[in-house]
Amino acid sequence: MKSLRRAFVYLRAYWLTSFAALISLLIVTAANLYSPQLLRIVIDLGISAKNSTVLIWSIAALIGLALVRGIFSFAQGYWAEKASQSVAYEMRNALFSKIENLSFSYHDQAQTGQLMTRITSDVEQVRTFIGVGVLQMVSAIALLLGSLYALFSSNWQLALITLLTVPATTAVIVRFAQVVRPRFRIVQAKLSALNTILQENLAGVRVVQAFAREPYEAKRYNALNQELLEANISTIRGLASSFPFTMLISNLGTLAVIWFGGYQVVGGTLSIGELLAFNTYLALLQQPMMMLGFLTAQISRAEVGAERVFEILDTTNEVQDKPDAIVLRNPRGRVAFEHVSFRYAGGDRNVLDDISFVAEPGQTIAIMGQTGSGKSSIINLIPRFYDVTGGRVTIDGYDVRDLTIESLRDQIGIVLQDTTLFGGSIRDNIAYGKPDASQAEVEAAARAAQAHDFIMQFPDGYETVVGERGVGLSGGQRQRIAIARALLHDPHILILDDSTSAVDAQTEYLIQQALEHLMQGRTAFVIAQRISTVRQADQILLLDDGKIVAIGKHDDLLRDSPLYGEIIDSQFGSQEQETLVETGSLATDEQEGARL
Amino acid sequence: MMHGGLQAMANLPQEKATETWAVLRRLLAYLKPFRVQLGYILVLVIISATAQALGPYLIGQAIDGAISNGDLGQLNRDMLLLFTSYIVLVIANRSQFIAIGSVGQRTLASMRSQIFSTIQKLSLRFFDRQPAGDLMSRLSNDTDVLNQLFSQGLIQIIGSLFGLSGIIIAMLLLDWRLALASFVIIPLMLLMTNVFARMSRRAFRRARESLGEVSSDIQEEIAGVKVAQAFNRTDLNVQQFEQRNAANRDANVTATAVTSAFTPAIDILSTVATVIVAGYGGYLAIQGQATVGVVIAFLTYVQQFFRPIQAIASFYTTAQASLAAAERIFELIDTPLDLTDAPDAIEMPAIKGEVRFEHVWFSYGERPSSSQSEKSAADWREQAELKDISLLAEPGQTIAIVGPTGAGKTTLVNLIGRFYDVNEGHVLIDGIDLRKVTRASLRSQMGIVLQDSFLFAGTIMENLRYGRLDASDEEVEAAAKAAHAHDFIMRLPKGYQTEIGERGGTLSQGQRQLLGIARAILADPRILILDEATSSIDTRSEVLIQKALKTLLRGRTSFVIAHRLSTIRDADQVLVMQQGRIVERGTHNELLEQAGLYADLYQRQFRKYKE
Repeated sequence: MKSLRRAFVYLRAYWLTSFAALISLLIVTAANLYSPQLLRIVIDLGISAKNSTVLIWSIAALIGLALVRGIFSFAQGYWAEKASQSVAYEMRNALFSKIENLSFSYHDQAQTGQLMTRITSDVEQVRTFIGVGVLQMVSAIALLLGSLYALFSSNWQLALITLLTVPATTAVIVRFAQVVRPRFRIVQAKLSALNTILQENLAGVRVVQAFAREPYEAKRYNALNQELLEANISTIRGLASSFPFTMLISNLGTLAVIWFGGYQVVGGTLSIGELLAFNTYLALLQQPMMMLGFLTAQISRAEVGAERVFEILDTTNEVQDKPDAIVLRNPRGRVAFEHVSFRYAGGDRNVLDDISFVAEPGQTIAIMGQTGSGKSSIINLIPRFYDVTGGRVTIDGYDVRDLTIESLRDQIGIVLQDTTLFGGSIRDNIAYGKPDASQAEVEAAARAAQAHDFIMQFPDGYETVVGERGVGLSGGQRQRIAIARALLHDPHILILDDSTSAVDAQTEYLIQQALEHLMQGRTAFVIAQRISTVRQADQILLLDDGKIVAIGKHDDLLRDSPLYGEIIDSQFGSQEQETLVETGSLATDEQEGARL
Repeated sequence: MMHGGLQAMANLPQEKATETWAVLRRLLAYLKPFRVQLGYILVLVIISATAQALGPYLIGQAIDGAISNGDLGQLNRDMLLLFTSYIVLVIANRSQFIAIGSVGQRTLASMRSQIFSTIQKLSLRFFDRQPAGDLMSRLSNDTDVLNQLFSQGLIQIIGSLFGLSGIIIAMLLLDWRLALASFVIIPLMLLMTNVFARMSRRAFRRARESLGEVSSDIQEEIAGVKVAQAFNRTDLNVQQFEQRNAANRDANVTATAVTSAFTPAIDILSTVATVIVAGYGGYLAIQGQATVGVVIAFLTYVQQFFRPIQAIASFYTTAQASLAAAERIFELIDTPLDLTDAPDAIEMPAIKGEVRFEHVWFSYGERPSSSQSEKSAADWREQAELKDISLLAEPGQTIAIVGPTGAGKTTLVNLIGRFYDVNEGHVLIDGIDLRKVTRASLRSQMGIVLQDSFLFAGTIMENLRYGRLDASDEEVEAAAKAAHAHDFIMRLPKGYQTEIGERGGTLSQGQRQLLGIARAILADPRILILDEATSSIDTRSEVLIQKALKTLLRGRTSFVIAHRLSTIRDADQVLVMQQGRIVERGTHNELLEQAGLYADLYQRQFRKYKE
């Protein structure tokens, strides 16, 4: 219940609406309680007494009451929805903003589907309870007390009999909750597992078809589908045992009242009209009992939902501004790693180990190494996507953890391996980091990234819609847009994470030319596989298993590092390498032909 | 403003009564296998409806016949009868609930597997057009809606319908004059329900659309959250989300306003009916034409009468949504299969590895039929992705394919696995036209590695074993070693048992590619296709992988798409593609000597670099 209670805090801002809904609800409840009274007058004083004046007036009152009930029940429904939708709105905003700002380590572990469920259906569970459930509960309790009062004041003996149905119904409801809740949870789990398989078969259809794994996937899916079916039927059995029984108890209450009341009428201590009104109150008593039964199930669902929502909202963001964080302005661009070590959350091995180097302002630093040697991890530490586990990373002498994240990242232009484009126009995508950029700025960045020409080939040019629903772009085209995106805000520090891997040779060459020009006056970090790309770097860091095994210029490494030699060997064959060792320089035609 | 509103209304789809019936009929066809159960349900429904209608009747009788006359023996007999009917009711209700529920769930389950098997049969052409995210959210939402129909709606509606007819019969039997008087309200109610349903459908459609926008927003932002953070875009994204979110809130409030008005409206109508019964019944009673007991029983009936109607009406929205969902599902199931095994398709015999393309033309777009003009046929040829491709790969050869983006490289290799059918010409393996063999037997002998290797949620071991399901742990490890993936896997927290999710956790692009290669090696394919499969792997690892592949896949034919010289230098044939055609072919050295495009590209770069 703790999480659910926290959810109510969101209602506070909408107290007026909630209060109005509550008042309307109480009026409706009062009207509901009074109508059997009117009906009794109709029967006893009108029909039985054969008094047409009373009959007409009481009928008119009945209509008036129905109108009042109608108006306030509409008001209640409307205001309750408004309040609850507002709560859902606030919760979704809070969740979205949290997810948007959680660090990379969190997103490495989280799954899209899971996060989606929380922001949509879990919030919805909480909303249904807060908006409708709470009011229903208040109404149920009010109705319960009101009916009890009415029952006791009209005939306490009959009231005592009917009171017996209360514990019986409660027992059924409690048992229902105990039986159905765990089954319901199983159904939800199976359903999301089933949807995961479906999702994988849609997103990974090429792999499934390529390995001819359709029968295997079908077997997996059908087995789970069968399990889901069984879980569903088991839930239905649970439900089937409870509702008819609550109804039976309610019916038995009526039976007892008519039977015992019948004796009283015959004995002359009760009028038929009173008996009838009593019977109606009995129905009114059963209604809130049933409702409370539904609500127990709803409460537990909402509680689970609220737990899951707050689980995300309570996640501590590892990477956040210190209270007295400094704003980084116009840095010179000196980046230093001082004995940096780093491991991913949950990992037991360091991905980076005792990394130290200094990039002077304006220098180009190339990072090379095997797949998985920690290249991307190094550059991820500069914009503080992750925090170091040991040592420190500084820019112009400031520890990056002492700077505001916004000012830090503002100075850095980065092209990630992941060249995600967003639904929208090409222009929007290039101006992603600077939405108010002018068309001229966007075009200049696109030209620098060699993207302008292919963009202009689309009929809509810069307004061409891309993303899932838009024009499909090739890997190379996406990479060029990603580069343009990074160049647009004229960063002091430029980071390129293997950003030309999917580009064909000619384009790559052109981008390379442009980048060389752009890198002047900026500190640049370049991850690349090819010697040709890194040869002119001011420093090359050669990584192996998270450690720097060699550092220096191309010529230094050629002389000193056997691993560097091996890499060159892998690209040009041993013959060329021999030539190269002799002359101290790489045969240029081979380098540039290294990519076709 | 006015204009916009009218336009919006005009854009709403017209009522498609005939189609609605067609969908409904097809939905009902799913119930056919459950004939026996349906008969059983019908019996139960009749029993419970009778028992339910018997209640007020017996109470009325008790009041009129027994209590009014002071006949306690009669009262006892009536009450015992009432008790029996209540017991029958609970048993019938319970069995009915279970029977309807399981029929519904079984139907849903069979529909689910039908959807899945349809998806499996669809060709890549279909998935090229349909974004996976879109399809997924649609399918899960649609089955959810149908689930609501089957789990609650069906039970409610069947119960309500029979309850209603029971009450109507009882009312007619009791006093036909009073019954007819209270039925006056029915047409009014139908009219009102219709109006509300139309209003609410419109409002809920808007709410649903805005919800769709919110969730696609979330999906996209979660997928691109790293980029958003890198570009300091989070504040703006949150603002944009808040706008969509607010639109969704408002749409929901409006939609609920409609439904909130509906309940009180029905309530007022029900009061009018009560008033009619009380007034007319009171008149009849005063006139001595009806007994007080009958009027009282009628008042109970009138209230019961509106409950099922209200249930049906409130169910109307669900029903509408269900029909729309069913329609979309049927649409998917009915997607014409453009790529099927021939009826007399044979199993592909063990592949030796000769791959031959004979004058192959292929386009992703629809090809104009022969009846259309020659001009459109010429246009089609102009736009085709592959134009008159002929090639021969001898068993054991390595074929490298190079060329600029969009030249048709991937399209070409896709035809070898028959992911698409050629429009003209033939693709033959060992002399057998691919259209004559089953796709499963063909693909199970091929290994395909893509640039973006898709990983399934599960452990690394499970992902690798996807290549060959019966591989032992040792064989999986051997494949990982050959792909140079073993070392990094062992560095992960739980080694081969490390869970990787759809987003690949902390794995880099290169690491994912290594896993993709290991998976293909494990499959031990007769033909291997590497489609830019090593673009993010460092060159040194790549060389080692190539060496391993050479020994492991000795004598296997392989096709390699790559930009890197190191990848293509040793190929037996290099095919240079441009705009859908093979413009040059030969070995690396031969092509340099030919002094054509390949050499030109090579030289031009060299010159430019020197300048």
